[in-house]
Amino acid sequence: MKRTLENVEEQFETFQILNEDGEVVNEDAMPDLSDEDLQELMRRMVYTRILDQRSIALNRQGRLGFYAPTAGQEASQLGSHYAMEKEDFLLPGYRDVPQLIWHGLPLYQAFLFSRGHFHGNQMGETQAVPPQIIIGAQITQTAGVALGLKKRGKKNVAVTYTGDGGASQGDFYEGINFAGAFNAPAIFFVQNNRYAISVPVEKQSAAQTIAQKAVAAGIEGVQVDGMDVLAVYKATQDARERAINGEGPTLIETLTYRYGPHTMAGDDPTRYRTEEDENEWEKKDPLSRFRKFLEGKGLWSEEKENEIIENAKEEIKAAVKKADEQPKQKVTDLISIMHEELPQNLQEQMEEYKEKESK
Amino acid sequence: MAQMTMIQAITNAMQTELKNDENVLIFGEDVGQNGGVFRATEGLQKEFGEDRVFDTPLAESGIGGMSIGLALQGFRPVPEIQFFGFVFETMDAISGQMARIRYRTGNTYNMPITVRSPFGGGVHTPELHADSLEGLMAQQPGLRVVIPSTPYDAKGLLIQSIRENDPVIFLEHMKLYRSFRAEVPEEEYTIDLGKADVKREGSDVTLVAYGAMVHSALKAAEQLEKDGVQAEVIDLRTISPVDYETIINSVEKTNRVVVIQEAQKQAGIAASVASEIQERAILHLEAPVLRVAAPDTVYPFSSAEEVWLPNHNDILDKVNKVMNF
Repeated sequence: MKRTLENVEEQFETFQILNEDGEVVNEDAMPDLSDEDLQELMRRMVYTRILDQRSIALNRQGRLGFYAPTAGQEASQLGSHYAMEKEDFLLPGYRDVPQLIWHGLPLYQAFLFSRGHFHGNQMGETQAVPPQIIIGAQITQTAGVALGLKKRGKKNVAVTYTGDGGASQGDFYEGINFAGAFNAPAIFFVQNNRYAISVPVEKQSAAQTIAQKAVAAGIEGVQVDGMDVLAVYKATQDARERAINGEGPTLIETLTYRYGPHTMAGDDPTRYRTEEDENEWEKKDPLSRFRKFLEGKGLWSEEKENEIIENAKEEIKAAVKKADEQPKQKVTDLISIMHEELPQNLQEQMEEYKEKESK
Repeated sequence: MAQMTMIQAITNAMQTELKNDENVLIFGEDVGQNGGVFRATEGLQKEFGEDRVFDTPLAESGIGGMSIGLALQGFRPVPEIQFFGFVFETMDAISGQMARIRYRTGNTYNMPITVRSPFGGGVHTPELHADSLEGLMAQQPGLRVVIPSTPYDAKGLLIQSIRENDPVIFLEHMKLYRSFRAEVPEEEYTIDLGKADVKREGSDVTLVAYGAMVHSALKAAEQLEKDGVQAEVIDLRTISPVDYETIINSVEKTNRVVVIQEAQKQAGIAASVASEIQERAILHLEAPVLRVAAPDTVYPFSSAEEVWLPNHNDILDKVNKVMNF
């Protein structure tokens, strides 16, 4: 067969289960989820939408620091996370705080991460590292975690996320290529929300899909409707099965959208996005389509949703309060977490700051 | 005891630790079946298997990231960067990531990683093989940087580096790999990191050096003895953190110091050593702290190494200056 760009792209058609009206368009691919699972997925998406709204408000009040909005990406973030087991290892990017929370990081610690307090990054028993700021670094590290899980003989996977811009990094390619060469149980997500700050995905690469970048590593690649929680869940579950059965890593591209700005540090999306664009993606809202689907099955109601919203607001309030109560950081704290045994220079500086702090 | 070259001592240290700790993993470009481009890992894959000693794709950043991931799963990685000039490819993994993980996770995770890498001039390597880039590493909080100059030190320091629960950059000078043999115990032993070693005692001037420059300093000291000057030669062994206690004790005795490095004057660590000496012992100094270093150019084209690299004559010049200040 003659190789053409077209016949490569044909192999990466968008995988979808629910359409924008919440109708099942791919019955054969329906994941095996109980009514409780379906409701729990919706609960998490609603909760996370509220968390985003409250986080933006808290940021504006100066009660949170660094914050990268998540509204619009709930299906992509939570559908994928829902397919993970507790013992799977998560390596999130800076926008992937929701996955971290649902993987076990207490909410008040996520707020401390935002404010810039080391306790926010103390993972405890949660099998995860803090959100990665260096775009791409999480990808090579994921290859290593996955190889580690394989060497330990564990039936677990390493899961990581980056954005569409991140797929242009060298570390992105190196990470998926290493995982492929070592046949390591890793799942690499590219959440393609079409913009890296102001730069549209078309300016990142001439490739028509990001999923096809998997070809360069010789691994499985899938493009998914990232606004369809069932499709994301199913694609992740399949990738996880392949990985723990020794069939290697998968690259999953989720086509998604962020309704808010890039971060709360002054980005204004109206400078680079059209209203038309935004309206089109509003129609694809992952919450409204899944809500329709659940209502059709008699599994959802307005009361239920309001209950979740109230509960989320209360928990967020309590978490902010708990974050407020966290003791302030001291230089001696920062010195003490540098090494197991302090080198000479830090021993001296520790004494210096102990004295300062005792005054 | 056995007579070993530095490279044999290094292999012996890795073999010791592969035996001692099943979490130790050795990997890099050509370190497996091939036994490394300098034979540093010779025979290790055969003895310990491909699961413990293995080749990687050709990508330094990937090697760095993979080391971090393996450490997150409780392994004790000993990756190799084929030549330290290639560290720029993996600066983020080392300085941006592994050096910071204990801190950034508030002690949840630590990185017991030892990055081994050859460097150093005098053997006519091609471009970006011999550059002395230890100064970049020494500026990164969270790293320890070790540079042995003898087979004995190399073994003890490498075993200790591998056992450290925080990242260590272990730099091996190519010219010292096979230039001489020395007695090295066959059994295991360790040398604490952060401790300098007085390689020669003297009372008139202190020569602070590391890497290949230790041998140049010793050669200069021999010459100086003929002229009645007793030079004390301190081999730093660990250049981050520097053992100032040993340096200051020596300076209090000799009152004169020359700090010697192979790196360019604007690089390396001599500037910070000189600065700490004046902060801690200015009243003991009879002369300014002078430095021996390479010119501030890019590392020389190989046939210009002889005129560019600092040598014992450059050391003698600076010692004369501090003696006659």
